[in-house]
Amino acid sequence: MLSVDDLSITFGGLTALRGFTVDVAEREILALIGPNGAGKSTVFNIVTGLYRPSSGRVTFRGRDLLALPPHAIARCGIARTFQNTEVFRRLTVLDNVLIGRHTHLSAGALRGALGLPTVAREEAAARDAARALLARLGLEDAAGLEAGSLPLGLQKRLELARALAAEPRLLLLDEPAGGLNPTETQALMEVIVRLRDAHGLTIVLVEHDMELVMGISDRIAVLNDGRKIADGKPREIAAAPVVIEAYLGGEDD
Amino acid sequence: MRYPAVAIGAAGLVAWPWAAPPYFVFLASLVVVNAIVAIGLNLLSGYTNQLSFGHAGFLAVGAYTAAIVATRWPGVPVVVALLTAALGAALVGLLLGVPCLRLEGLYLAMATLAFGFVVVEAIVNLEWLTRGNDGLRVPTARLGPWALATDTARYYLAVLVGAAMVWAALNLVRTRTGRALLAIRESEIAAQASGVHLAKYKTLAFVISALYTGVAGGLFAFVVGFLSPDAFDVFLSVDFVAMIIVGGLGSVPGSVAGAAVLTVLNDSLAGFQNYRPLLFGALLIASMLFMPGGIASAVRRLKGG
Repeated sequence: MLSVDDLSITFGGLTALRGFTVDVAEREILALIGPNGAGKSTVFNIVTGLYRPSSGRVTFRGRDLLALPPHAIARCGIARTFQNTEVFRRLTVLDNVLIGRHTHLSAGALRGALGLPTVAREEAAARDAARALLARLGLEDAAGLEAGSLPLGLQKRLELARALAAEPRLLLLDEPAGGLNPTETQALMEVIVRLRDAHGLTIVLVEHDMELVMGISDRIAVLNDGRKIADGKPREIAAAPVVIEAYLGGEDD
Repeated sequence: MRYPAVAIGAAGLVAWPWAAPPYFVFLASLVVVNAIVAIGLNLLSGYTNQLSFGHAGFLAVGAYTAAIVATRWPGVPVVVALLTAALGAALVGLLLGVPCLRLEGLYLAMATLAFGFVVVEAIVNLEWLTRGNDGLRVPTARLGPWALATDTARYYLAVLVGAAMVWAALNLVRTRTGRALLAIRESEIAAQASGVHLAKYKTLAFVISALYTGVAGGLFAFVVGFLSPDAFDVFLSVDFVAMIIVGGLGSVPGSVAGAAVLTVLNDSLAGFQNYRPLLFGALLIASMLFMPGGIASAVRRLKGG
């Protein structure tokens, strides 16, 4: 479904990725792990169009993503969350989710300004859908609050809600468990698995929490210093000597 | 709770010319003109975080377009003149907005500031069209068989147009386009990741903002009756920015409130020309210190308790 082929990128002489290749199958949960600075988030930023790689190819369901700007990539059915949460802080929780539905709404500026009945109906339906989504993620009581006023755990959940509002086929989660306590992490794991099972989502996640990674991934790719050093089932990865070495070597992070 | 308030407000606006002396009817028309500009500027700066110190330029484009249309085609309905003013300014907004896509913050502020100067210079130099520094007399606005020859008639025109513009803005900011603009202000990368086309919406914000200001310019021309380039200097652009700061960035009702406060204040300080900038500056600083979200957020806090 998503095919990342031989990606390399350098930032001012610093090489962040060297020939990174990975394929993600439909309905798969793939984890990208590796020490800090290994290039995990860089992969996300290339797939979503924020960075241009110096070489390599990225295709999604047969389309060349490197030829598309970020908003067009979102329209292809790719949604993401961010390592340092990027909620729309001064907007309400409900509006955050409604912006997630942007590509599914049709009203342009003129129709919106004229308040046509078709627009009112579309808005009402979008609000209902957004509230239902918030309820599923346990955020229904926060709908009217400013997103920036929420504790970090809820902001992360809101980001997930916003991404899901786009009804993506591929979901990229950048450290979804960062800052969560073990109970919250456990709940998050269940949510992620349920999303895959109920909606047929394909999920790629970058995560440091090994319990989460080992618990829900179908497959794990390990990055170190911009290179993929291992790729396989959780059991294989846990036993692989190269991985253990990379982690012991990078333990200071 | 909402409808009675709107009804009372509407009744007040209708009754105003009977309650107030003629000069205050004229002043109220200016409040409406400035309120429309402030809404337009707020859509650009408060909603989309693109600063403009050149909105007097858009106002001038709208005002001169309406005045020239009304002069060339005597008897043209005022609605047509205002529409032409809106479209003319919107076109200029598009031409300015596209190159400004690459600019942010201070650089954008400088570019729009320069735009304001360019417009004034153009008016001064295009004498065959604008009569330059001599100024341009604006014909009486006409609506079918009626000539809007009194302050009261022009006031009602301004109020009707203003009400429509406020209504449209409120609709806009509550729907998809308004949310896209706010998303850009809050986080460009998250907006893009949600499928918001940055360049399209930033340009659209410029066009809508200019369109609003163009309509206001057309009204201004008919309300004041005489145009000259010195009326559209950079201080007017700064006034507009002050209106949305005092009123509240990212708020349509706040824009109207800010426009009303500053227009009336400007007028009452007209007798103290030398102290005007001093008082004005002091008010702006005080407002930012003690009412950081402007009138809009102060009201929200009072309501919230």
